[in-house]
Amino acid sequence: MSATWGLLAGTFTASFVEFVEALTIVLAMGVTRGWRSALAGTGAAAVALAAFTAVAGYALVTWLPRTALQLGIGTLLLVFGLQWLRKAVLRAAGLKALNDEEAAYAEQVAEARAAGTDERFGLDWFGFVVSFKGVFLEGTEVVFIVITFGLNAHDVPAASGAAVAAAAVVAAAGLVAHRPLARVPENTLKWAVGIVLATYGTFWAVEGLGVFQPGGGSLDWPGGDWAILAVLAGWLALSRLLVLLVPILARRTAEPAT
Amino acid sequence: MRAVGRFLVDFLVGDDWKVAASVVAALGLGAVLAAVAASGARWLAPVAGLVVAAAFVAGLAVDVRRR
Repeated sequence: MSATWGLLAGTFTASFVEFVEALTIVLAMGVTRGWRSALAGTGAAAVALAAFTAVAGYALVTWLPRTALQLGIGTLLLVFGLQWLRKAVLRAAGLKALNDEEAAYAEQVAEARAAGTDERFGLDWFGFVVSFKGVFLEGTEVVFIVITFGLNAHDVPAASGAAVAAAAVVAAAGLVAHRPLARVPENTLKWAVGIVLATYGTFWAVEGLGVFQPGGGSLDWPGGDWAILAVLAGWLALSRLLVLLVPILARRTAEPAT
Repeated sequence: MRAVGRFLVDFLVGDDWKVAASVVAALGLGAVLAAVAASGARWLAPVAGLVVAAAFVAGLAVDVRRR
């Protein structure tokens, strides 16, 4: 039961953060280039995502051995998670500006206003393509998160439901606010999600390394699935330690050699 | 095709290539360890996990030094 709640909470939070970023892009395109093109791009991305999920999910589960699947999906999760963790560490250490959806929105709006007019199929092509790319890119990450968390907890429908709920909450909030969701504590959420993605990514990718052993079975972590907690604690402790050490390294690098 | 390539790079590499490179390098080393270790070696998974963490720290250190 608690595993299911953990799955729901993890998937919901990770998806929520991705959808907040997608919303910022769609809002900027809707306001500057027209809602028809922005919503058409969003709809087309949703259809493409559904097709991609069906094809990729079927292909992955049907044709790939379990260990290769763990290695492939684990590697992707590790890359996503460590990107987020890197940014979170640099932000907490004061070496990178905090993520600001208002600023991202202003940047998107400026780019959209500067872009020329190109009409295709009765749509503003710039607004359509940028909305499509934004939703598809963020959505693809959600798909991998859903597949990984869902397969790991043997409950893909629950993970999918959590992602759909996150999309609905973000869409509703965007509809009500009609502006970027700047008050969402995105930096804290990204740090937490980065830890979770890095944890599952490490656990799965390392298990998948068994594909290089004779027999090709998954590598065993000591303690089985309980090792996930140890890996989580490890990433948590390392990220906090790095927040302390990174500014010291930055100062030493900045000091002129004597 | 170029747009698809750009999308894949955006998606797989993100805005810092060092993270993707450190993950690939760490798992490459892990693959070598897995290939040479005895089947069922209990130390292999924790050591591979530590290699991933060490590669992340190394990539971040390079990043900070270049700033």
